[in-house]
Amino acid sequence: MPTKPAGTLYRGKTGMWSWVLHRITGVAIFFFLLVHTLDTALVRVSPEAYNAVINTYKTPIIGLAELGLVAALLFHGLNGVRVMLIDFWRKGSKYQNVMFWIVIGIAFILFLGFAPRHLMHVFG
Amino acid sequence: MVTIETPRSPRSRKHAQWEKWGWLYMRYSGAVLLILIFGHIVINLLSGEGIKQIDFAFVAGKWASPFWQVYDVLMLWLALIHGTNGMRTIVNDYTERETVRKALNYTLWIVCGLLIVLGTLVCVTFDPCIDQAMRASLEVCKG
Ligand code: HEM
Repeated sequence: MPTKPAGTLYRGKTGMWSWVLHRITGVAIFFFLLVHTLDTALVRVSPEAYNAVINTYKTPIIGLAELGLVAALLFHGLNGVRVMLIDFWRKGSKYQNVMFWIVIGIAFILFLGFAPRHLMHVFG
Repeated sequence: MVTIETPRSPRSRKHAQWEKWGWLYMRYSGAVLLILIFGHIVINLLSGEGIKQIDFAFVAGKWASPFWQVYDVLMLWLALIHGTNGMRTIVNDYTERETVRKALNYTLWIVCGLLIVLGTLVCVTFDPCIDQAMRASLEVCKG
């Protein structure tokens, strides 16, 4: 006797995936913020300590990771506006799907504006 | 077995009110954070030499102005509370045992509180004169 798959609340499509991405990016940004608050606190310890730690942010590997951080922030921030429009704008839920693609589009354009300049700073 | 509350499951009025303020906070703080964080990235990572310009002198230059001190402290408070409250939502979604849920949430808010106190103190008590080069060049360090 084949068993039926268990019921699920996950409904797929952009509605679900935007939520998954929003959640993952939110957690990633949260953990970065914990680290970033601590590394910045070193300005109160000594210039040498602060500069030593901040110099690791200028290395190629962390420099590339910063691209990921900015991409995560672009998506989370712009999708946050989409969430607010869904909640507060009368027609928000009707247009949630097209707003998802607008969010992806704007995030992509802003990322293309940021990435080359940042890579020039890191590798230049 | 995870049980999902039905909308009619009992919950005190006070608790529901509190959750509503949290829900609203996520949205209002998000709107302000959008401006503060994108501004932070433009000033620190896009303008000038980008990440290469960041050092003690750069921070000292910014925090010489109360505008950037207020900006950064506001961003710190809003982002830490927003992130911690978001993490609380996620913990509530995925934990199955009440003790684990409580322990994780208490940990989150304690860490949040400590970092807010630390970050705020660092910014408002900042002293450029702990740097030798600044001591020689800055007027405020000579008094
Ligand atoms: C850039 C500006 C930001 C905007 C516009 C924004 C917007 C939002 C909104 C509207 C929500 C609620 C989502 C919901 O209830 O379904 C949310 C959730 C969340 N945010 Fe942000 N946020 C921003 C920045 C941040 C930052 C800096 C952090 C980390 C410190 C963060 C971490 C989170 C987390 C962990 C959640 C919970 C996600 C979930 O429940 O699935 N956000 N954000």
